[in-house]
Amino acid sequence: MTEEKFVDNPDHTIALTDQDMNEAVAKYPFIVVDCWAEWCGPCKMLGPILENLAKKHAGEIVFAKLDVDKNPETARKYGIRSIPNLMVFKDGQKVGDIVGAMPEAKLMERILALKG
Amino acid sequence: MYDVIIAGGGPAGLTAGIYAARANMKTLLVRSAFKTSLITTTDLIENYPGFPEGIGGFELVERFTQQARRFGLEIVDDDISSVEKTLVQGLDGWQVNTPSAQYQALSVIISTGTEYAHLDVPGEVEFTGRGVSYCATCDGPFYRDGKVAVVGGGDTAVQEALYLTRFASSVTIVHRRDRLRATGVLQDKAFSNERISFAWNSVVEEIVGDSAVKALRLRDLNDPGKETTLNVDGVFILTGTIPNTSEFRGIVAMDTGGYIIVDPHMKTSAPGLFACGDCIAKLLRQVVTACGDGATASFAAYEYVSGLKGTSYAGLPKAEHEKRGEDHD
Repeated sequence: MTEEKFVDNPDHTIALTDQDMNEAVAKYPFIVVDCWAEWCGPCKMLGPILENLAKKHAGEIVFAKLDVDKNPETARKYGIRSIPNLMVFKDGQKVGDIVGAMPEAKLMERILALKG
Repeated sequence: MYDVIIAGGGPAGLTAGIYAARANMKTLLVRSAFKTSLITTTDLIENYPGFPEGIGGFELVERFTQQARRFGLEIVDDDISSVEKTLVQGLDGWQVNTPSAQYQALSVIISTGTEYAHLDVPGEVEFTGRGVSYCATCDGPFYRDGKVAVVGGGDTAVQEALYLTRFASSVTIVHRRDRLRATGVLQDKAFSNERISFAWNSVVEEIVGDSAVKALRLRDLNDPGKETTLNVDGVFILTGTIPNTSEFRGIVAMDTGGYIIVDPHMKTSAPGLFACGDCIAKLLRQVVTACGDGATASFAAYEYVSGLKGTSYAGLPKAEHEKRGEDHD
């Protein structure tokens, strides 16, 4: 089933799990993974911002969400201790973390700095 | 040219915006593109009237914003770098500068709020997100059966320490004094909680670790030569807040903590500059008090601008007008 799971140029955020995290990171040349949880207030602030960015930057940057409560393996693997935490992957390699909620402009500035 | 520019997009600024827009003042709200109102990071607000089930901080600010926009409030995301006196169409006014624009107005309402205080010690920046946290409700669950420290001794620090005992096996409150500032009920709870211990008269000198936080280096203020190491998996820095007022230093009077001093009408020491919300010197910093201040500041700015333009209501002498105490709604 996984062949059809990830479309080439999503224009919305995609939900990842411990099982398909690696596949997504391998597939997309530049992907931002939002580690969030239901109990995290600031994460809720980032939600609509990322949805908006996913639409705006479709075909250029992929935005994904990972619920750390339901997917503890990935959180453990990457040593996530604060959320929201946006893990940024370029060509399959993790190139940075963006920790904490922030407005869209600042977030994009940080993401573009990592994109190079 | 605006009648009023509001600096800050939290509860105080947005309430000022609602009142200004409804009063048909030409109003611009400048909201930081780099910082968010602290209340947006609060999980649940249970003491703002009208929401018996409580409401999330982010959701509440969203509602304020929608309400303000409904009345036509113009909002830009930009960061104010300075404010200076200027003449606006022959009247005394203010110019608000940002990195990309200049805006002019007859009055300015400062509602820039506060931000979390940092310790400014080695390791703090490096380990942010790797064991250094400013939000217990966000990050507490990552420390199941772990050891954590909370730095601070006020209500927030003690409340969050109590919350963290749901997850962590031990919570050490590191405080620079020999007693807590927190309210009595919280102190009682903390002292009777067997998972909470205290490092009194202590300050953090350094946060140490490798890929994540491993320990704190503490200094004893009573015995400065004495250093101890506290092994922890995480540290929550909850020493308080500082006002976002550095751009207004030298322009309006402030107290020693940098909070802006206002009169009961939210007037600052500079004519045409008003301030409201968490950034002013006051007793209680809550959403509900910020909203109250915001409404007052907006009305005071309205009266000020009307006076400048010579369109003051009924042209009544100021003293008499104030005496009437009518309902202005």
